Amino acid sequence: MKSVNTTIRGLALAATLAAGLGAGAKAEETIKVGILHSLSGTMAISETTLKDVMLMLIEQQNAKGGLLGKKLEAVVVDPASDWPLFAEKARELIEVNGVSAVFGCWTSVSRKSVLPVFEELNSLLFYPVQYEGEESQRNVFYTGAAPNQQAIPAVDYLMQEEGVERWVLAGTDYVYPRTTNKILEAYLKSHGVAAEDIMVNYTPFGHSDWQTIVADIKAFGSAGKKTAVVSTINGDANVPFYKELGNQGIEAQDIPVVAFSVGEEELAGLDTAPLVGHLAAWNYFMSAEAEANDAFIEAWHAYIGDETRVTNDPMEAHYIGFQMWVEAVEKAGTTDPDAVIDAIVGVTVPNLTGGYSAMMPNHHITKPVLVGEIQDDGQFETVWETSGLVVGDAWSDYLPDSKDLISDWRAPMSCGNFNTATGTCSSAAN
Amino acid sequence: MLLRFLLAAATIAVFIAAGSLLPARAASLETLLAELPEGGYDERAAVVTAIAGTGDDRAVALLEALAEGDLRQMKDGGQIVRVVREGRTHTAFDPLTGAEIGEISSRAASKIRVNNKLRRAIAAALGQLTLASPDRARRLAAAASVLKTGDPEQIEALDAALETETDPEVRTAFMDARAAAVLNAARPTAEKVAAIAQLAGRNDPQVLSIITAATTSDEPAVAAAAADALDRIEQARAAWGAVQNVWYGLSLGSVLMLAAIGLAISFGVMGVINMAHGELVMLGAYTTFAVQELIRSFAPGLFEVSLLIAAPLAFLVAGAVGVGIERGVCRYLHGRPLETLLATWGISLILQQTVRSIFGPTNQQVGNPDWMSGAFEIGQLTITWNRLWILLFALAVFALLLLILKRTPAGLQMRAVTQNRRMAEAMGIRSGWVDALTFGLGAGIAGLAGVALSQIDNVSPNLGQSYIVDSFMVVVFGGVGNLWGAFAGAFTLGIVNKFLEPYAGAVLAKVLVLVFIILFIQRRPRGLFALKGRAVES
Amino acid sequence: MKADPLLDLKSKLFLALLVAAAIVVPMANLVAAPGSDFYLPSFAVALFGKYLTYALLALSVDLIWGYCGILSLGHGAFFALGGYAMGMHLMREIGPRGVYGDPVLPDFMVFLDWKELPWFWWGFDQFWFACLMVLLVPGGLAFVFGWLAFRSRVTGVYLSIITQAMTYALMLAFFRNDMGFGGNNGLTDFRDVLGFDLRSDATRAGLFVASAAALGLGYLLARRVTTSRAGKVLVSVRDAEARARFLGYRVEGYKLMVFTLSAMMAGVAGALYVPQVGIINPGEFSPANSIEIVIWVAVGGRGLLLGAVLGAILVNGAKTLLTGWVPEIWIFVLGLIFVLVTLFLPKGVLGAFGTLSWRSGGARRGASAQPAE
Repeated sequence: MKSVNTTIRGLALAATLAAGLGAGAKAEETIKVGILHSLSGTMAISETTLKDVMLMLIEQQNAKGGLLGKKLEAVVVDPASDWPLFAEKARELIEVNGVSAVFGCWTSVSRKSVLPVFEELNSLLFYPVQYEGEESQRNVFYTGAAPNQQAIPAVDYLMQEEGVERWVLAGTDYVYPRTTNKILEAYLKSHGVAAEDIMVNYTPFGHSDWQTIVADIKAFGSAGKKTAVVSTINGDANVPFYKELGNQGIEAQDIPVVAFSVGEEELAGLDTAPLVGHLAAWNYFMSAEAEANDAFIEAWHAYIGDETRVTNDPMEAHYIGFQMWVEAVEKAGTTDPDAVIDAIVGVTVPNLTGGYSAMMPNHHITKPVLVGEIQDDGQFETVWETSGLVVGDAWSDYLPDSKDLISDWRAPMSCGNFNTATGTCSSAAN
Repeated sequence: MLLRFLLAAATIAVFIAAGSLLPARAASLETLLAELPEGGYDERAAVVTAIAGTGDDRAVALLEALAEGDLRQMKDGGQIVRVVREGRTHTAFDPLTGAEIGEISSRAASKIRVNNKLRRAIAAALGQLTLASPDRARRLAAAASVLKTGDPEQIEALDAALETETDPEVRTAFMDARAAAVLNAARPTAEKVAAIAQLAGRNDPQVLSIITAATTSDEPAVAAAAADALDRIEQARAAWGAVQNVWYGLSLGSVLMLAAIGLAISFGVMGVINMAHGELVMLGAYTTFAVQELIRSFAPGLFEVSLLIAAPLAFLVAGAVGVGIERGVCRYLHGRPLETLLATWGISLILQQTVRSIFGPTNQQVGNPDWMSGAFEIGQLTITWNRLWILLFALAVFALLLLILKRTPAGLQMRAVTQNRRMAEAMGIRSGWVDALTFGLGAGIAGLAGVALSQIDNVSPNLGQSYIVDSFMVVVFGGVGNLWGAFAGAFTLGIVNKFLEPYAGAVLAKVLVLVFIILFIQRRPRGLFALKGRAVES
Repeated sequence: MKADPLLDLKSKLFLALLVAAAIVVPMANLVAAPGSDFYLPSFAVALFGKYLTYALLALSVDLIWGYCGILSLGHGAFFALGGYAMGMHLMREIGPRGVYGDPVLPDFMVFLDWKELPWFWWGFDQFWFACLMVLLVPGGLAFVFGWLAFRSRVTGVYLSIITQAMTYALMLAFFRNDMGFGGNNGLTDFRDVLGFDLRSDATRAGLFVASAAALGLGYLLARRVTTSRAGKVLVSVRDAEARARFLGYRVEGYKLMVFTLSAMMAGVAGALYVPQVGIINPGEFSPANSIEIVIWVAVGGRGLLLGAVLGAILVNGAKTLLTGWVPEIWIFVLGLIFVLVTLFLPKGVLGAFGTLSWRSGGARRGASAQPAE
C-alpha cells in the first residue's frame, strides 16, 4: 500500500515538476505568464510565431523593469495541435505553474476546449485570432476581430468601391466560415442581393485540389454581373487555392478574392505576382505606416534574427492584449484575476496602426478595419479603412438567435449573454 | 449603424469631389501627375483618364509605372518619383524624363496607392493608347482591355486600327473588342445582333458575361440573339463538362500516383509500411526550395531551369535519407513489418520536427517558372501548365520505374525478392542489398514527388502528412507491390473523386471514395491487381 | 488457487494496484489538505483518469492485435464514437443553460440555424440510452465492418488500411457541419453528468474511480477471453490463419466476435474519456491517433494485455512530461523513444522485463519467419 502511494505520488510529483521546471526552486519571485501555442502538429505553422512574439514582449517588459517590481517569467508548453491536450495544458499552466494569465490558442476548437478550464479555475486567457463571435466569457479577452470588425466592412468595401453584385462565399468547413458566411448571407440579403447571386462552397481542411472549385467560380463569375469571392479558407489550403487561381487566370480586376484568413505569413509561401489586387481584410497590416509599427518590426527582426520574417494581425493582437494586461495589472496593483477583470475594461493602449485600442465591457476590443490589396512583394497595401474604430460585437446582429443578446461584464450585469428581449442572463452558471 | 452612415457620407463626398475635378481635363501631363496621389479612387481614376486624354507620348510609360505600383511620392517635397527596387536598394527616377535621381531609403517615399478600380481605369486608358502600338503583344493586350470595358468611345479608334491591322489574330481580337463596345453603344439593332454573332464564337468567361448581360437588353431582337448564343455556349459547356472532369481526375490521379508509387515499391518488396514516406516527399519539396534559394542568390538566370536541377537533387537527398533509414533502422527489424511501422512513425516525427527547426514552421515560397505558370484552352477546357507538366512528369517517372524494374539486373532482383524472398536468397541474391536499393529508390521517387508537389501545394513541414493516407489508399486499392496497380489505382481514384465532386461537394466526394475503397476491397481482397504467388498468400 | 488461469500473479498484482489507485488518488485529492505532502492536485486526477481510459483503449487494441493478429489502424474510430455517444448525452444535459438558452437544441445548432433536433439525437437525453449507444454504435459498426471484411478474407495490410480508410472517412464526415455533430468544434462546454457537476473535484474523482473500474473489468474480460478455449483458437488464427481454418474452426466467427468486443471496449473508453477532458471532436478520428494507439501497445509489449496498459500510461506520461519540460524538442525525444524501443526492446518494455509466460508465446511467434500480419 505504501509503495503504491509512493508510486502515484511520484508520478504526480514528476508531472508537477515537469511543467513547473521546478516551480519553487527559483529564489527570485516572478510573475508567470503562460504561453499556450502549438509548437508541433498542423497548427505549428501559425502558432509558433505567436509564441516567439510573446517571448519578445515579455523580454521587452522585463527590460523596462518588469511588472509590479517583479520580473515576468514565460512558461511555454506545447499543446501539439491536439484539442483535448489544450485543456490539459491550460489546467497544468494554471494549477501547477500558477500563471497569472495565459496568452494562447488559435483555432476556435482549441479555445472552446480550454474555456471551461479558465472558467472553473478563474484565470485569464487572451485570445489573439479573428473568430466567429457568438461567445463572450468572463475569463477570456478576445483581441482578434469579431465578424463585424472584418467581414462586414470588407463586404461593404466591395459593394461600394467595386460594385460587386454576385458573391461566392468559399470557406473551409468549420465553425468560423460557417458562422461568418451565415452572417454575410443575411447581411447581403438585407442589402438586396438575390439568393441566386450567392454561391456557398465548403471544402475540407487542407484541401489541395482546387481545380473543380476554381472552375466553378469562374463559371459563376461569367453571368454578366460583377462577382467577388469572399474566402474564409483556412491557412493551409490557401496556397494551393491561390496557385490555382493564378494559373487559371482569374485576375483581381475581374473576380477579386477577399480573404479573412490570409495574412502576411500565409503569403510568405507564395509568389504573389499573379495575385496582385486580391484583397484581405484585417485590423493590421505589416505595411501600416506608424512609428509604433516600425519599432515593432525592428524589434521583431532583431529578436528573431531574420530580416525576412513578416509580422501579421494576430501578432498585433497579442501586442495589444499583452499591453492591456500589463496596464490592468498595474491599475489593479495585483495579478489577481478578479481584480484584473474589473480593471481591464476601459483600458486603452496604442495599437500598431497609429491609433488606440480599448477593451470593451464585452471583452472584445476596438479596432480599425483595413482592407488591403496583395502586392507583388508579399505585402498588403491598405486601400481602404474605416474612418474610426469599430467595436467588436460578440453577438451578431444578423443571426436570428443572437441579435437580442448583449454582453457586459461590468457589475451589476456581469453577463456574457444577456437577452434583451427576455431580460435574462441565459447562462447564469457563473 | 454609425459605421454605415459614415460610409454613405464618405461615398457621397467622393462623388462630389469627383464632379468638381472635371475641369482638370485639359491640363498638362505635369499638372495631372501632381494630382495623382490625392483624393479618392474615383477622383484618381478620372485623373488617369485625363492623363490618357493628353495624348502625350510619355503617358503610357507613366501609367504602366503607376499600375505596377512603382510610383512613389517623396515624404518631403512631395515630388513624385518612379522607384526601381533591386534587392534592398531603392533607386528613384523621374517618372516623365526617366532621369536618375538617386538612391533613396525605402521609408523616404510613400507608395501611390492603386486599387483594382484604379487598375481597371489604367488598363482601359492604356488600351486606348496602345491600340496602334507597333508591338503585337501590346495591341492584343489593348484589345483585351477594351473587350473588358466595352467602352463605346473606343469604336472609332478600333475602326481606325482595323484598317491598318494585318495580323489575323490581332484582327479577330479587335473585332471582338469592337463587338463588345457596339453592344454598349447606341447603335442599330442589326449591328448589335451581328456583334453577338461575332462574340458567340468565343467562350471565355469574359465574353460569356457580356452575352449574358445582353440577354436583358430592351431590344427584343438583341435579347433573343443573345439568349440563343448563350444557349449554344451552355450546351457546348455541358458537353465539355465530362471532358473537364476527366482532365481534373487525371491531374489529381497523377499527383496521387507520384505520392504513392514510391510507397508501392518499398511496400511490395519489403512488406514494410513506411510511415515516413510523406516526410520523404516533404524533403523533396524542401530540396526544391533550397535549390531555388541558392539560385536566387547566386545565379538568378537559372531560375527557369531550377526544377530540372532540383529533381535529381531531390531524388538523391530523399534517396539517401531512405537508404539511411533502411540501413540504420529497418535492416534490424527485418521480417517484423509492424515494428518497422512503429520505427518509421518515430522517424517521421523526427524528420518533421527537424525540418521545422531548420527551416521554421511557416510555409516556404517555391516559385513557379514561367513554363509552369498560366493556362491554355482547348475548347471549353482550361488546362493549366503546371498540372499538365506534373501529369507528364508522373508518366515519365512511371515509365522510368518500369524500365528499371523490367530491364535492369537490379530490377530483376527486386522483382525476385518481391515474389519470393527466400527463394531469391537461395539463388544467391543479396536480399539485404536489394532491400536498401529498393528502399532508396522508393524514397528517391518520393523526393521527385516532392518537387512536383512544391508547384501546387504548401511547402511546409506538414506537407507529407496530408498525402500519406491517400497514398496508402492508392497502394492498397491497386494491389500492394504492383506498379501497374498503383498506376491504375491512382487514376481511378482521381477520376472517381472528380466526377463525384460536382454533385456531392468536395468533402462528401472524398468520404464516398473511401467507402468505395472499403467496399471494393471486400470484392477483391488483394486489390485491383493482385500479385499471384505463394509468398503473398502468407 | 495456485493455478487459476484467469487470475495469475501478475493479474492479481495489477488489479490490486488498480484498486489501490482508485482509493488513494481520490483520497489524496479530496481529503488531504492542499499544500500538504499528500495532496494531489485535481489537475493530476483528471490526467490520471485520462491515462486509464487510454489504457483501456490500448487493451482493446491488444486484444485483437496481440491475440488475433488483426492490426486495426482505425480503432480510434470506435473510441471516438463511444465518446460522441456520451458527448451527445452531456450536450443534452446542458439543457437551457446554453448561451442561447434553447431548452432542446445545443448551442452549435442554434447559431447554425437548425430548427429541430435531428432524429439521431433523439433519446440521448436519457443516460441509459446513451450508455447503450456507447456499446451499440461502436459494436454495431465493428460487427458490420468485420462481417464484411472477415467474410471476404481481407487480411493483413489490406485490413489495416481499410480500417484506416474507415476512420478517415468518419473523420471527414464528422468534420462536416451538415452532419449535425458540431463539425470541427465537436461537442464541448459540458456541465454535469447524472446531476454531478463536471467541474467539481468530487465528480472528477468519481470519474477516475469509474475509469479504474472499467479498466479492471475490461482487463478481466480480456483475460477471460484470452485464457478460454476461444482464446487459444484466436492465437492459432494469429499465427496461422489458414491452418486454423483447415482444422475446421470457423475463423471468421472468432475474429468477428473479438473484433466487436474490442470495439465495444474502445467505445466505453471513449465514453469515460469525454467527460474527463471536456471535449470530443473529429480530431479523435484522425488516422494518426489510431496509429498512436498501436504504438502504445507496441511500446508496452504486444500480446500481454498488461503491456498495452503499461504502454499507454508510459507514452502518455512521457508526452505530458515532455510537452511541459522541453516543448521545443519533445517530438524528437518521443520519436527517438519509438525508434529505440523497436530496435532494442523488440518485445516492448514489459516483454523485455517480462516473465516466462511471454517466452512461450514469443518463441512460437519467432519461429515463423513470415508473421501472420
